Amino acid sequence: MALPKVIGTETEFGITVRNQPNFNPAVSSGLVINAYRGDSARVKWSFEEESPGRDVRGFGFESRAPADLEAGIPNVVLTNGARLYVDHAHPEYSTPECLNPLQAALHDKAGEVIMARAGRSAQELVPAGQIVGLYKNNSDGKGNSYGAHENYLLARQLPFDEVIKHLTTFLVTRQVFTGSGKLGAENGRPHTDFQLTQRADFFEEEVGLETTLKRPIINTRDEPHGTPAKYRRLHVIIGDATMSEVQTFLKVGTTALFLAAIEDGALPDFITLQDPVTACWQVSHDLDMRLPLKLADGTTATALELQWQYNEWLTKYAEQLGTEHDHVLAEWASILDDLERDPLSTADRLDWSAKFRLLDAMRERDGLTWSDAKLRALDLQFHDIDPERGIYHRLARRGALRRLFTDEEVDAATRRPPEETRAYFRGECVSRYPGALVAANWDSLVFDTGEGSLKRVPMMEPLRGGKDRVEELLESSPNAAGLLAALGGSDGRAGTEETTDTGRERV
Amino acid sequence: MAEQEQKKQQTPAAKESETEEIVIEAKASEATEKIDELLDEIDSVLEENAEEFVKNYVQKGGE
Repeated sequence: MALPKVIGTETEFGITVRNQPNFNPAVSSGLVINAYRGDSARVKWSFEEESPGRDVRGFGFESRAPADLEAGIPNVVLTNGARLYVDHAHPEYSTPECLNPLQAALHDKAGEVIMARAGRSAQELVPAGQIVGLYKNNSDGKGNSYGAHENYLLARQLPFDEVIKHLTTFLVTRQVFTGSGKLGAENGRPHTDFQLTQRADFFEEEVGLETTLKRPIINTRDEPHGTPAKYRRLHVIIGDATMSEVQTFLKVGTTALFLAAIEDGALPDFITLQDPVTACWQVSHDLDMRLPLKLADGTTATALELQWQYNEWLTKYAEQLGTEHDHVLAEWASILDDLERDPLSTADRLDWSAKFRLLDAMRERDGLTWSDAKLRALDLQFHDIDPERGIYHRLARRGALRRLFTDEEVDAATRRPPEETRAYFRGECVSRYPGALVAANWDSLVFDTGEGSLKRVPMMEPLRGGKDRVEELLESSPNAAGLLAALGGSDGRAGTEETTDTGRERV
Repeated sequence: MAEQEQKKQQTPAAKESETEEIVIEAKASEATEKIDELLDEIDSVLEENAEEFVKNYVQKGGE
């Protein structure tokens, strides 16, 4: 049985401060993150457990400060279990660990709302006339790309080669419904007026470790953020950041189901592209969706035909699993159907077609060429996360783009963590003991109770630390010292083997 | 693919398809009106100095 596909997304936002002389993106990103006023704890982010290949550390408390704390870089952990921080020259949001695709899509949208709030607060701090702009896109149209990454929990025992052989073709062809669209081509790819994705032009390798140059379709970064002997965290870097809630749901939902099917050995065959890197940008440039892609066996198939094949396999696979995947399968079949019939009929669900429809209509009305600055401005402003300026938000408010969540649901997700994963424990600790929390990571929290040394609580199991396991513990712990005592021993020193095991079990 | 063949077999009868065409035409003109309205709204919020805005949007670093 496949592991539950715990999902998280990471979004780097584009940033500008218009009319600001000597604009510095790193400084402005820091301004935005520091301006955020929502409930949160400003803590250090420990990278201790992030080194690939490193032995898992012992469970229980460690009576010393973790090494390698990143000093001085704005980093905020929120009550919903998420992380808000600066990644080089971008403000970035990582969702908490989510149990299913719908929850992941909700928290992805909540991250956008949180970043927009941070942007509004930052706006109050810059001189009059300057405008802070934040964009949920992945390209500046000038050859620079920044990421929107997806993370999925995989079993370590699954040979990674299996993942590569199955997933490459799926990732290349899913672009027909995962793209957020852009004008023009970049990175030396052939000219096109418009293409389906922001990212495809930047992918140059089939498999590799890089994320910023020679980007690979399959990324091999091995930071499980959990017990390394049991888990892998698949880091998918080929997707676009998506404004449409339906589209984000489709992107992570189909991919999570696909990965579960690989784990369960439920895919009857490999489909191998002759040249995946070329196919990657070709699919993105093919607005008609009729381009035959060369397969390794000498035959050809379009991206849509291959997606239909996967849809058929996964529908069969999901039948054994009950009704859990019905929603994503229904949206998926309907989007493939519509893309086949009339690609622009998906403009109520997909960023790329919603944006293309507007660009094309404006081009016709005003007699513009595809490279006109006005169209390029619209291409950017579609992704402005400010609800007034952002064109996506204008469309969504008019009902032209379908939503999956109410504003109230999204607002709740900006404050409340998913209840089924360790994000619950992290978020609740931020809510309840913000003053005592000094550092956090995906798989640990570090407390300073004011007595003796710092105490570290490992959380190596992504599916432990949910409400059912820790609510009672939290309710009975009025402060962090009480929590730590309940977890592993009241003397404030490292617990014994037995007590730390209990701690691990409970967290 | 199997699913596509299935769909082709489900081609509706001629009469139904005529009705469908009329509905589609009506929907299309409705859509044009809607998109004109949308463009008007976009005009009111779109960055006035598009050239400058696009030129200055440069993003380096990240991931």
